[in-house]
Amino acid sequence: MYSGKLAVIGDKDIVLAFKAAGMDVFAAADAAQAEDVLKRQAKNYCVIFITEDLAAHMGETLEKYKRKAYPTVIPIPSSSGSGGLGMAGIKADVERAVGTDILFNKED
Amino acid sequence: MAERLNVNPTRMELRNLKRRLATAVKGHKMLKDKSDEMVRRFVELAKENKRLRKEVEDELAGALRGFALARSCCEDYVIEEALAMPSKRIRVQADTQNIMSVTVPNMSIIREEEGEIFPYSFAQVTAQLDDSILTVTALAEKLVQLAQVEKACNMLAIEIEKNRRRVNALEYVMIPQTEETIRYITMKLDENERSATVRLMKVKNIIQDK
Repeated sequence: MYSGKLAVIGDKDIVLAFKAAGMDVFAAADAAQAEDVLKRQAKNYCVIFITEDLAAHMGETLEKYKRKAYPTVIPIPSSSGSGGLGMAGIKADVERAVGTDILFNKED
Repeated sequence: MAERLNVNPTRMELRNLKRRLATAVKGHKMLKDKSDEMVRRFVELAKENKRLRKEVEDELAGALRGFALARSCCEDYVIEEALAMPSKRIRVQADTQNIMSVTVPNMSIIREEEGEIFPYSFAQVTAQLDDSILTVTALAEKLVQLAQVEKACNMLAIEIEKNRRRVNALEYVMIPQTEETIRYITMKLDENERSATVRLMKVKNIIQDK
């Protein structure tokens, strides 16, 4: 039913690391290019990882893919480390569901 | 005060409204229960999501930093050539699962056992590359798990929000309106009955006086 393939969209320098691990990779220099790739490849893959530096500028497009089970589009940290986008996503989910942030407030 | 619905004050309408109110109250209770259970599941998932993401981000950031370092040690084309033909592929067994009637993905990784981990000869590249590729390969499982949990979280959050709207619409709009209309129709019917009685009494008096 589903293709069962994994893909990574990101900076040309980073994606090679995932290629060696056996995933399909697409290099994208900026968010517009990444969106383009995402739209074209969304049907062919089950999970698409996008590096944070690109995902940060693709909020609306990513929001669209949240409503269906597949493909799953997930931000991952880039080589410069995690910018906290993934954690911000979890926080936003919690706020959306519960109304207030009940998971993170202990640390902040 | 809730606004009443625009209906004719008749017995038939009253009966319909009473039935509708009963359904609305029952539905409201059920949706509220559903919402409670979804939030409970969601909090569990969100905690898991947070834990996984923290682990993945720490390890992956390290691996990618190592990879960037390895790249800088060699010529670009050497690395690209070394990794141009990966020796294996990762696939996932993709299915869906049902959490409180939300269809979320359920994935597990399938590894093809045969084949080398490194698609290049060790003479070409530095050891940092081996390290980072090993870590990324090992992380694939966690990445897929993270993807699954995070997606489930996203979808549950959206569903909880939707459900809350439904509960609120029933609780604050539909049920008060229906109750108000039922009260209005009951009063109107009682009033009609009283006026009919009074009219009859008057008529009786007039007849007796003659």
